[in-house]
Amino acid sequence: MADLGCSIAGIDSINPFWLASAPPTDKQYNVERAFAAGWGGVVWKTLGTDPPVINVTSRYGVHKDTARGILGLNNIELISDRPLGVNLREIEAVRKTWPDRVIIGSMMAPVEEELWKDLAVKIANTGVHGIELNLGCPHGMCERGMGSAIGQVPQMVQDTTRWVREVVDIPVFTKLTPNTTDILLPAEAALAGGADAVALINTVNSIIGVDLDQMAPNPVLDGKGTHGGYCGSAVKPIALHMVAEIARNTATSDLDISAIGGITNWRDAAEFIALGANALQVCTAAMLYGFRIIEDMSDGLSDFMDEKSYKSIEDFRGLAIKNTVNWNDLNMNYDLKAKIDKDKCIECGRCHIVCEDTSHQAITMTANEKGGRDFTVVDGECVGCNLCLHVCPVPECITMVPQDNNLPYLTWPEHPKNREAAS
Amino acid sequence: MAEHPVLSETGGRLSGKDIAANFDDLHPPLNAEQVSVQASRCLFCHDAPCVTACPTSIDIPKFIRQIATGNEIGAARTILTANIMGGTCARACPTEILCEHKCVLNVGEHEPVAIGALQRHAVDYLMAKSSAHPFARATDTGKTIAVIGAGPAGLACAHALAKNGHKVEVFEAKEKPGGLNEYGLAAYKMADDFAAHEVDFILGIGGIKLHYNKALGRDISLEDMRGRFDAVFMGIGLGAPRQLGISGEDLNGVDDALKFIGHIRQTGELATLDPSENIVVIGGGNTAIDAAVQAKRLGAQKVTLVYRRGPAQMGSTKWEQDLAAINGVTFVHWAKPIRIIGNGRAHTMHFEYTRLIDGKLEGTNEYFTLLADRIYKAVGQALVDDGLAALKRERGKVIVSAHGQTSLPGVFAGGDCIASGEDLTVQAVEDGKIAAASIHTFLMGENHG
Repeated sequence: MADLGCSIAGIDSINPFWLASAPPTDKQYNVERAFAAGWGGVVWKTLGTDPPVINVTSRYGVHKDTARGILGLNNIELISDRPLGVNLREIEAVRKTWPDRVIIGSMMAPVEEELWKDLAVKIANTGVHGIELNLGCPHGMCERGMGSAIGQVPQMVQDTTRWVREVVDIPVFTKLTPNTTDILLPAEAALAGGADAVALINTVNSIIGVDLDQMAPNPVLDGKGTHGGYCGSAVKPIALHMVAEIARNTATSDLDISAIGGITNWRDAAEFIALGANALQVCTAAMLYGFRIIEDMSDGLSDFMDEKSYKSIEDFRGLAIKNTVNWNDLNMNYDLKAKIDKDKCIECGRCHIVCEDTSHQAITMTANEKGGRDFTVVDGECVGCNLCLHVCPVPECITMVPQDNNLPYLTWPEHPKNREAAS
Repeated sequence: MAEHPVLSETGGRLSGKDIAANFDDLHPPLNAEQVSVQASRCLFCHDAPCVTACPTSIDIPKFIRQIATGNEIGAARTILTANIMGGTCARACPTEILCEHKCVLNVGEHEPVAIGALQRHAVDYLMAKSSAHPFARATDTGKTIAVIGAGPAGLACAHALAKNGHKVEVFEAKEKPGGLNEYGLAAYKMADDFAAHEVDFILGIGGIKLHYNKALGRDISLEDMRGRFDAVFMGIGLGAPRQLGISGEDLNGVDDALKFIGHIRQTGELATLDPSENIVVIGGGNTAIDAAVQAKRLGAQKVTLVYRRGPAQMGSTKWEQDLAAINGVTFVHWAKPIRIIGNGRAHTMHFEYTRLIDGKLEGTNEYFTLLADRIYKAVGQALVDDGLAALKRERGKVIVSAHGQTSLPGVFAGGDCIASGEDLTVQAVEDGKIAAASIHTFLMGENHG
């Protein structure tokens, strides 16, 4: 059995699965249920200064596929709407009842040094393992000068991080917003401010859909709607990229990373760890299925590690970083051709039509003697783009076969055509 | 499972409520979740095999995608453009040998998309939600066409002609329109008087006038029709049930299965069967199955379906045969009727076992008897020749070209009275559609196709 224990910013956790600061971690009741289910830690729902915020009804909207699968969720809920004192007392109580689990206190405040420092100290005094700075909320709080309004300005990221860093002796996590052009700028600012780790991504600013009867964005509140924070498996690719950028950039590679963004199962978890994440935070998947998804997450990750002979998270953490390169570092001589396994083919024709209509006319369709259709790759036309592989509904029916061309690894900067153009 | 009959819980006859349940929809409409799940399963195949398998070539992937995106009206329009009787076909088509048989998901998932049920969902949606007919008539052409027979072929032809701006007069021998949809399908396939609703829907396009009780050769003549109309379409079906040609066939209790089925459909008198009666159904097609299963569902304890060949040669699909088995029908294969014995009323039926020798069916000289209080014959139907003298026929069918043109200029035909394909509603609709296109070209010239 692999050891799922992990360490981030000097905090040890029994497993890398924490619940992110969000509705599931708003109260003692939920957090204790999460711990009972097996979650290694929680980031308590963001605390602000009293008086607490007031939330509206109808807080979520979803982006679905045509069946019943939810691809993404957006929310317009604000930070904890319970009095600060209640939250602090509950955090303290849960720390005592569940000593082996991690609790991180999430916070935000208007950009005033004293407010940040006072709140940070109050939270630290509950015995939390660390403090996370919510600099990412892209809805509601940003209109009051907080959340992403801070996270989008590197100097403010640095200042708020430093303020907290100066008054607490526990690890500081700066949570970053993806609603920015270059994630490295706020990451570097967090580092400069003294952050032990960055947590990312917060939600992506979004309008989840439009109610075509009411002619208003979803979720509609009394005829009106607003933009919200998009999360769930749909944002995972965005999060993977941003995590990878921080992990592979020299200036930020020393930052520990608490990865967030559409982590739904053990495979997602392993992918983030492979790109350098020290620990993980989950929210949407739990909100869609309940806390017991942790069972397969832990079990699946453990089995994966056993299969690959990784004894600990550290054994494979960051292994994909060195292979995450710029386009200019890719091998131009690598040549793939699609191959269709006729025994597996169910003759749906999807590969043919997408190639014919939208790509390279490299898959022919011909009638066969059995009254069916044969689909055949024309090697001369196939550019190895993978589109057919992805639309094929049958597992392993289409494979991409590397062509043995005996050509060396050749990048675009080294390519003769590029040099020709340059000269 | 509506495929399972409601059986008596106390012995004796089924209650009226039990029987009503037995004659409700065999397959209830899909609910919203089922629609979503089934529609999402469709792979949206290119040049889809299901479409090729449909005699009317409904663009199935397109209509299922329209359902999946919440465009049910569009889905229904896609279906009805290809097949104006999409509602009946969704209920009565043997999809297990047509579209669903060819669904590519059979290969990997061993379960096709529920195409028929989705089709029903879309068409029912349109018929329930939209009072307006989905198609508009073209400008009046000034031409009038006579359609003989208001069955699937005739009505499909009439609708297509009306759509092209022609006027149509339909002459039906019976009291009601719909043909076998109205008289010849099991009640649980066409619950809630669907056949009649569908005819009303079809007539909603306008320009179609119906005349009832007008039988060819009795009330109307082909010659007269040719003289009065610009073209004639004949969708007269096969009006004469075939007989067994054995002694005792004239005894009381011996009837055509179609008459039994029609009686159930028309009278609604469902609770009249004595469960102690022994029912024997002769034949192997879907009509035989419809009669046998309905007899069981009326409460008959013993229903035996006797067929002179084996299961593989039966005209009914495997699915229909399984339905009969689930409903408690006993099958006797490889046996042919010899005679019916009874004193004024059928009592016993004698059979001889058969076998195939060099492709020829022969008796084995082994005999058996069945108690038979009621005998329903479902051994096929034949063309009624009345009024057809001027038309060339062959093997009991009217001869037509690939375009539905008969041997008489201006006279077209389709449906069961021609030899086009399987004797199915969906084939009749296609025949009517093809003939309507030919008639349009015949009347307006090539450029108006």
